[in-house]
Amino acid sequence: MNFDPSHSKRSFSSVGTRPIRPDGVDKVTGRARYGADFNMPGQLVGRILRSPHAHAIIRKIDTTKAAQLPGVKAVLTAADLPDLTNGDAAMYDILDNCMARKKALYDGHAVAAVAAIDARTAKQALKLIEVEYELLPHVTDVDQAFAPDAPLINDTIFTTGVDPKPDRPSNVSMRSQFGHGDVDAGMARADFVVERTFKTEQTHQGYIEPHACVASVSSDGTADLWVCTQGHFVYRQHCAQLLGMDVSKLRVTSSEIGGGFGGKTHVWAEPVALALSRKAGRPVKLVMTRDEVFRASGPTSATSIDVKIGALKDGTIIAADATLRYSCGPYAGAWAEVGAMTAFACYKLENVRTVGYEVLVNRPKTAAYRAPSAPMAAFAVESAIDELAKKVGMDPVDFRIRNAAQEGTNASYGPIYGPIGIGPTLEAVKDHPHMKAPLGKNQGRGMACGFWFNFGGQTCTDLNIGMDGTVSLAVGTVDVGGSRASLSLVAAEELGIDYSQVRAVIADTSSLGYNDMTDGSRGTFSSSMATISAARNAIKILRERAAQMWDIPVEDVTWENGHAVAKGETHGNLPKLSLKEIAAASGTTGGPIAGHSEIVADGAGVSFATHICDIEVDPETGATKVLRYTVVQDAGKAVHPTYVEGQYQGGAAQGIGWALNEEYIYGKDGRLQNAGFLDYRIPVCSDLPMIDTQILEIPNPNHPYGVRGVGETSIVPPLAAVANAVSNAVGVRMLHIPMSPPRILAALDA
Amino acid sequence: MMAGIAVSTNINGDNAEFLCHADETLLDVLRDRLGLMGAKEGCGTGDCGACSIILDDCLVCSCLVLGAEAEGRRIETVEGMAQGDQLHPLQQKFLEHAALQCGICTPGFLIAAKDLLAKNPDPTEEEIRFGLAGNLCRCTGYDKIVRAVQDAADVMRGA
Repeated sequence: MNFDPSHSKRSFSSVGTRPIRPDGVDKVTGRARYGADFNMPGQLVGRILRSPHAHAIIRKIDTTKAAQLPGVKAVLTAADLPDLTNGDAAMYDILDNCMARKKALYDGHAVAAVAAIDARTAKQALKLIEVEYELLPHVTDVDQAFAPDAPLINDTIFTTGVDPKPDRPSNVSMRSQFGHGDVDAGMARADFVVERTFKTEQTHQGYIEPHACVASVSSDGTADLWVCTQGHFVYRQHCAQLLGMDVSKLRVTSSEIGGGFGGKTHVWAEPVALALSRKAGRPVKLVMTRDEVFRASGPTSATSIDVKIGALKDGTIIAADATLRYSCGPYAGAWAEVGAMTAFACYKLENVRTVGYEVLVNRPKTAAYRAPSAPMAAFAVESAIDELAKKVGMDPVDFRIRNAAQEGTNASYGPIYGPIGIGPTLEAVKDHPHMKAPLGKNQGRGMACGFWFNFGGQTCTDLNIGMDGTVSLAVGTVDVGGSRASLSLVAAEELGIDYSQVRAVIADTSSLGYNDMTDGSRGTFSSSMATISAARNAIKILRERAAQMWDIPVEDVTWENGHAVAKGETHGNLPKLSLKEIAAASGTTGGPIAGHSEIVADGAGVSFATHICDIEVDPETGATKVLRYTVVQDAGKAVHPTYVEGQYQGGAAQGIGWALNEEYIYGKDGRLQNAGFLDYRIPVCSDLPMIDTQILEIPNPNHPYGVRGVGETSIVPPLAAVANAVSNAVGVRMLHIPMSPPRILAALDA
Repeated sequence: MMAGIAVSTNINGDNAEFLCHADETLLDVLRDRLGLMGAKEGCGTGDCGACSIILDDCLVCSCLVLGAEAEGRRIETVEGMAQGDQLHPLQQKFLEHAALQCGICTPGFLIAAKDLLAKNPDPTEEEIRFGLAGNLCRCTGYDKIVRAVQDAADVMRGA
């Protein structure tokens, strides 16, 4: 959208301050309502029966006994859902993942569901459902699934992106390629080359709130859905499409969300809850257990990545090459493609090539996890870059500064960069006291860079001015971590009023136009653009009303610091009118005053970060301790700096957990062995140090305040920063994430 | 089997009576029978601490306690921390330090921190970190939580 550059702010009064968030008191007193905190009269309890097998044909499902159990009001299998076999393939996959139609494709795949009067009856009913399986060979490892003789998961998958089309199906759904120049010729000129293969294991977003919803379908065809989601408009679209409903008949209300990180961007149990409610004629509450969250929501990809980078004696990277294999679960995905796009995005490269392969495995369908696919690619590339810097004989920071992308660089994935922050974050790290602090025995320091695209997308916002001059802001991007505070600051800034005069709410899908979900670090970026635009539309009306009240031409009215001001020699001595005074008169000057905005928020500025990690390794046990951690990241403009810091710290902590501990562990039987927080161990308070942050502000020229998305980039560098630190501490290059104690000991013994 | 067990207990200073099944957790009783939804179920296995409550001066995961075990006991939940509109210093400091993002873990952290400070009014950073190690937070990286607890401890000691 076009913003009049004359509106661009040079100084701010509200933006950049750190007020208490508007939803804060409810969240510290237990009043805030999350997905499972909502009930409806007459509500039933829904539960899902899941496959214990990694790969099996469903021969028969007999629900007779379950349906006859007193208290059971509905039993559901795929036979009760629309058959999308000959329809949209992507929609077929979504519905098949919600409820298996022909085959169970992973341990935890839903095969049937019940709604009953209480949880114990529902659980009892699940035990009465008889499923006849025919077991098939399975494959859960990304490299094994990639092999030509691997068990085939879907015989309709032929690799796309290769010419000619393969003559037989495989587990590779797509090949993608990015880059420019002549990599082979460049590599031939290199004085130093590093070539390595890296592996990363599958991790889960680990949000503390399990998926939860309450669905109520009325016999007149209208329906309501209360759900924890990152995108209630998207959930509405998908649920309506999957179940054959009119979009406008389904109202979705997003609850407070107890973490998502990408995992609550896909429907899982919601279509099932709606279908159960439709069948039972009563509301159905469906809450996943933690076991179900691990087994049957959407973890990130496991990967296997080959990297080869060559440099000249003077430290110039002359060629860079990577092949990335990403698991996508049992359905086609586009995760390696994103990895291939991000892998070398930090660097200015003459010759670069990346190739991505999407690999089907008998694991849950891969979902987005914070800057999805970028952390693994960065782990491989930044590890190799560190090793190459050593070979060249340069400091790893200086080596990266020498090769860093800058404004005008042709990015490895295609576009030409505008003003970007990779160079400045590296310079800040070079000068940071952390880099100069002494290290002790068995301690190592590592640093690494990271990139994320950021996203804008469809956004709709309403700004309504009350009769007393206070402001209601209705937003359609779910608030995952403080955006109601940042958007209230933006509304206050634009209108020239105090933050306390604005209340931001997340509107339901029947009260506001369509919004894309809160992903791609777009929440504050896109909704602040829409809020600014809505506020400017409201200001236009406020000026008109003031002109009417003064009986002067509207051209002679300006808006300054929350007041209409008459200008010019004729009117200059009229006393200014406050927003409150204009609002109070609105009933007699033309009715309610509001500003609306419907935009596609183009121009999300790309984001870069550089992290520093100090670690101590116990050489006898392989145990690690993160001693110090620093995040430097470009925010464009930090609207609420405290919550920007929070995003930096949270992403770093998730990355540290990924680097050191977290992984899905599958047995030979294809079953997940650690589907709980005891055995899938995310970092706890005593595992981490304070996480220092430094916010850089290189304005995004496409946003009126210069804002860039900040939510995701912070998880991109940690895998590599921690791996470089461990490698430096033990003197052995670490190639496999997570670097759990057994892996570190094995690396030391090798 | 289906007959309810009659339980008399005290929650946040008020007497409470309820019927529950023998296998029903105290967390389910609080949430489903008494409408106290501040305690959250993040795992149901005592690993995440989101359901933390104080039971007779002892910090417990209410998902690991049976409702029937509450007979004659004293229960403190997050709903009892503020006095009217006066927030507890921990609640106030969590807000000021932005020690929450999504907020689902916050009730559990507040209760765990209240228990910690009752037993150790002047904890070191390390003592705070180990004192809160039974509570999982996935959003914050714990930095701002530790600072909020440090700051609240200072306020509560009058330092």
